[in-house]
Amino acid sequence: MTDKKERIDIHSYLAAFDDIPGTRVFTAKRARQGYHLNQFAMSLMKEENRKRFLADEKAYLDEWDMSEAAKQAVLARDYNAMIDEGGNVYFLSKLFSTDGKSFQFAAGSMTGMTQEEYAQMMIEGGRSPEGVRSIKGGF
Amino acid sequence: MARVTTGITSSHIPALGAAMQTGTSGNDYWGPVFNGYQPIKDWLQQPGNMPDVVVLVYNDHASAFDMNIIPTFAIGCAEKFKPADEGWGPRPVPDVIGHPDLAWHIAQSLILDDFDMTIMNDMDVDHGCTVPLSMMFGEVDKWPCKVIPFPVNVVTYPPPSGRRCFNLGDSIKAAVESFPEDLNVHVWGTGGMSHQLQGPRAGLINKEFDLNFIDKIISDPEVLSKMPHIEYLREAGSEGIELVMWLIMRGALGEKVKDLYTFYHIPASNTALGALLLQPEETAGEALDPRRVMSGHSLTA
Ligand SMILES: [Fe+2]
Repeated sequence: MTDKKERIDIHSYLAAFDDIPGTRVFTAKRARQGYHLNQFAMSLMKEENRKRFLADEKAYLDEWDMSEAAKQAVLARDYNAMIDEGGNVYFLSKLFSTDGKSFQFAAGSMTGMTQEEYAQMMIEGGRSPEGVRSIKGGF
Repeated sequence: MARVTTGITSSHIPALGAAMQTGTSGNDYWGPVFNGYQPIKDWLQQPGNMPDVVVLVYNDHASAFDMNIIPTFAIGCAEKFKPADEGWGPRPVPDVIGHPDLAWHIAQSLILDDFDMTIMNDMDVDHGCTVPLSMMFGEVDKWPCKVIPFPVNVVTYPPPSGRRCFNLGDSIKAAVESFPEDLNVHVWGTGGMSHQLQGPRAGLINKEFDLNFIDKIISDPEVLSKMPHIEYLREAGSEGIELVMWLIMRGALGEKVKDLYTFYHIPASNTALGALLLQPEETAGEALDPRRVMSGHSLTA
């Protein structure tokens, strides 16, 4: 392994992610933006924190150094908005689990479909990749 | 001498654990999935097939690791690991019992082989690790073998390349083979297959991609390992990237493998599910009958 390996150009590597329709890849930029939002979600791994959060969501959120938009997104359980604020679905899963909701519920809620429509689409084989692979390429 | 006898892949989605917990694993929705796993479960119970140790490759889903520490490759070297509380209380499954001697041996060997491992002596394990154990061993009071949890970062970008994962598997093989004790070791690669859990494109499933991935991981992992991340993202959905972990399993089996069993199903909740049972060709046992099973919507064109 002494020969020089081929390097990946980081700029084109990252730029390509923006070409995927309806998808936000959890890059360093998003990870930085969503740091406090994601850490808030992690705190819900403790029963005492879940209780405190559910008793007064606004007060609990105010303990975290989160943007107002991120707090509003949490209060509204708007998962697309949380991801726009740098949230990541695996971190946010602590929030929907606290609500007693599943991954299917959270994923479905981000598609603009009703839960029934989303569940039915999955049973019928899921969303086809046709036409949603690339914005520029349109394939 | 210890040897890697078997590679297994499995989904690790929490809904499978929930189906067992709520007693719905036999219903119309989950029944075909659990039926598809049954041949692997039965195979494991036959003489000589139960591993002494499983190196269980999975990704931590923001449970043991938060935004503060993000290791690319970690290895659990503790005596035992507790199921994590992921927001609904810990999964009601036994503690995972480690094999610290082998784990430390692998960690040291990998570092000497240029893989800079993060060594975990205190770690909770989430559904990524415990759901595959439940799927393979069912509801038990204690797990029938030791487990070395091996978390890989596939959450925060960039995850490791497929190439690096494949090479890591090869180094795990060498590490296991230099451990003096006589142990039957499995390497399991978990996660996948195509799925996307976020955004307006959530629910993506790509059967063609998945079936090709299964074929290539068996017959041509070298070429498969060169697939760039963007292709996983476009074709298999944002969470389909978990499939790079299958390449770690495959790398640990050597050049040629025999596919003893392949199961593919659509959908398990948001995902397409693939479960494979592979062995290195030179020491492979009999293929199962039937050898390939598809169910659910995967049967439709
Ligand atoms: Fe996963």
